[in-house]
Amino acid sequence: MPKSLDSYPKIIFTLWYKVVPDMTEQEDQLKALTEMRDLMNKSSRFISMSGLSGVAAGVVGLVGVVITYLFLGEFFFRLPFSFEAIVYGDTIISVTRLDEAFMMKFSFIRDLLVIATGTLGLALISAWYFTRRKSKKLGLPMWDATAKRMIINLMIPLVTGGGFALVLLAHGIIGLVPAITLAFYGTALINASKYTLNDIRYLGVIQIILSFIAAIFYEYSLVIWSIGFGVMHIVYGIVLYVKYEKNGNDEKQKV
Amino acid sequence: MGQDYFSKFNKVFENRIRLGVMSILMVNENVEFTRLKELLDVTDGNLASHLSALEKEGYVAVIKQFVNKKPNTSYAVTSSGKKAFNEHLNVLENLLKGRLKK
Repeated sequence: MPKSLDSYPKIIFTLWYKVVPDMTEQEDQLKALTEMRDLMNKSSRFISMSGLSGVAAGVVGLVGVVITYLFLGEFFFRLPFSFEAIVYGDTIISVTRLDEAFMMKFSFIRDLLVIATGTLGLALISAWYFTRRKSKKLGLPMWDATAKRMIINLMIPLVTGGGFALVLLAHGIIGLVPAITLAFYGTALINASKYTLNDIRYLGVIQIILSFIAAIFYEYSLVIWSIGFGVMHIVYGIVLYVKYEKNGNDEKQKV
Repeated sequence: MGQDYFSKFNKVFENRIRLGVMSILMVNENVEFTRLKELLDVTDGNLASHLSALEKEGYVAVIKQFVNKKPNTSYAVTSSGKKAFNEHLNVLENLLKGRLKK
């Protein structure tokens, strides 16, 4: 099926965007073409995704980073050493200190998870709100076969990455968590781009590049994470909004 | 010259619902009857008659199966359907390009 997705609509789009604009007659043919193009889009891609969802998610992400920095920043800059590494070092340490280290690690992970869950929840709610608004505007159902297909393809890499991030946290390798979340999120975006606005493919590429930078320069990983999830979301959201939604551009949406 | 192109038009596709069905099936693996109806905004009977016309031509294949013990009908485009639809699009393209040059 991806083959047909990629090759066949192109003829329609060529006709519509290259040939049609200069035409003044053949109303019927034009109408038929418009309809065919819309049907191909509507039936195979989830086009209700709103740019404002991206902006909102980006803002929420930045707030999450600021909160993490304020409350847990000092731990982040000790990374990627796990707390075990501190206590299992050359010096012989008492059992009590091992307990302390364990409790410190435990409370750090707990706090980080609370912030992360809150950030994710708020981002999802705002994305849902703006997408619902746009689907209403387009007169399309928000939850249909295309939405389902996009979500499934987005979730497979995302859940895998989330799982790995949790395992890294449990091992105390916290410095690599921002990098791995960026890497899997980028892959998820590229995977989902076949089933929604194609533009998010490039956002995915950017996230993957950032993930490597975050992994190599892990002491700056929180900052790089905020560029990927925060700044890039906002920039991309604005670009998509201007491209597709502003001035009633909704109708001109192409893939 | 334009007349030439028109004679090559595939008569089977001379209907907006059939064109719509083909467009949808070209970009999807298989599509349920109810979803086709929803996308094209037509009645059951109307859609069924056009689908059976396309089926008779061998352009569309019917997939009948049971989903949760309920009968479920979906449709997919056949390879000859793909070929015919592409040829139709090419004729359309040439026609529009030809008009453009004048």
